[in-house]
Amino acid sequence: MARALTAAAAPVRGELPVSVARIVAVPDTREDHAGTLLPVLSGAGPLALRRLRAGRGPAPAEVALVGAMAAPLGGDRIAVTARVEAGARLRVTSVAATVSLPGPQPGPAWYDVELTVAAGATLEWLPEPVVAAAGSHLQLTTLITLEAGARLRYREEQILGRQHDWTVHGRPGRLTSRLTVRQAGRLILDQQSDLGPGAPGWDGPAVLAGHRATGQLLTVGLPFTEPVPAALPVLAALPGERESPGEGQGAVALTLPGADARLLLAVAPDGLVLRRLLTQPADPS
Amino acid sequence: MSGALLLLADGRFPAGGHAHSGGVEVAVRAGLVKDADSLAAFLTGRLHTTGLTAAGLAAAAADGFDPTGLDEAADARTPSPALRATSRRLGRQLLRAARACWPDPVLDGLAAAHPGGAHQSVVLGLAARAAGLAPAEAALAAAHESVNGPATACTRLLGLDPYQVVAVLARLAPELDTVADAATRAAAEAVRRQDAWPLPAASAPLLDLFAERHSAWKVRLFAS
Repeated sequence: MARALTAAAAPVRGELPVSVARIVAVPDTREDHAGTLLPVLSGAGPLALRRLRAGRGPAPAEVALVGAMAAPLGGDRIAVTARVEAGARLRVTSVAATVSLPGPQPGPAWYDVELTVAAGATLEWLPEPVVAAAGSHLQLTTLITLEAGARLRYREEQILGRQHDWTVHGRPGRLTSRLTVRQAGRLILDQQSDLGPGAPGWDGPAVLAGHRATGQLLTVGLPFTEPVPAALPVLAALPGERESPGEGQGAVALTLPGADARLLLAVAPDGLVLRRLLTQPADPS
Repeated sequence: MSGALLLLADGRFPAGGHAHSGGVEVAVRAGLVKDADSLAAFLTGRLHTTGLTAAGLAAAAADGFDPTGLDEAADARTPSPALRATSRRLGRQLLRAARACWPDPVLDGLAAAHPGGAHQSVVLGLAARAAGLAPAEAALAAAHESVNGPATACTRLLGLDPYQVVAVLARLAPELDTVADAATRAAAEAVRRQDAWPLPAASAPLLDLFAERHSAWKVRLFAS
């Protein structure tokens, strides 16, 4: 279970402590109660956790990730883990985008996320985007472990640079990420991306082709609405296709190996368009 | 120096690769690849993403990693159903040619275990092993395959000067070596740990988008 943290932390483990924020959600089994309790809700380092809503009845318990100080900065090692036990429902959002900034010394920052969802439990992990400011390098590692019958909605949005970075520096920062998902012991998704200055070909026609935002929405065991092609003018209208010319955006729904797992993958010119492409009707705004 | 490597990596090896564009047909039609420079950018991106991933899987297969585990790892590294289908189809064709060239019980076993075809990169690694090649050679063949096919396809799609295209490939050659080297080291680590985790899983969002769109086209020059 600690493999993502261990693997990602290996290069400099021991030099700097890893701050690990933790969330555990369990079903409320007291008589006359139904819903979800959060027996563990502990922030760490720059990550504070706030309970937004108690989980009563079928409604999930809601937690917000709060960046309590400027982070991640180069050299930071932060981590968050969430475990949702059988029968519990948890929704995690964040109050603001996570802006990766350069640190006092050159070198990357590490951000590890480890999510575990039991059979019959539901996790919605819908944070705001990660934004790579010029000169920063963030290594984002996410390991998701699903038991058979676990339900998940997981959103990941990556924005290459703020407007400021493009105007002043003419370039974004670098985002290196890995998303690994196991379902009932089977590997169903393992994906690395390396975007931004220093990553070969990242801005070229095989990877982002000038788009500044990319992201994905992974849905397992929950309702999934296919994107409507007409509403998603993909890149540009190509000869022989029925879509109308668009603003340089695209999304596609991919059926993953494994049970009832769909990946909505998108590239977009900016974060607003990306969010529109990755929003499901059932999601909270 | 190995004659078997040249044979395996030759575009004329009857493994069906010539019918596939590796996404460049969509990139050309979208106007994203239009000349030698944009082709070079496309190939660089492909080499360092899906090319690196395929090279790692091929090197691990050639290094003796359990093929069933590699097939699962390849599936997870290929979120696009269209690309999974293409990879298995190409794997089946490659396996047929490899069994004709280098009879080996491991290849027979792979064919029996995956009647619909195993992933191309895994088959490539096992074929290399059956041919007596080293993991580094399997990785190099996979890296070569990841750019050579699309480059050749582009000559036909854009009518580019073949001398310009081959010059693009020549300039990429040192990067092929770098990618193959990284893949080989990762594969050795995966074998040592008996875990596919160290293998590259590099991906490119647009290649997945292109593959799904291409599979929906009624009229196309290439199969993928």
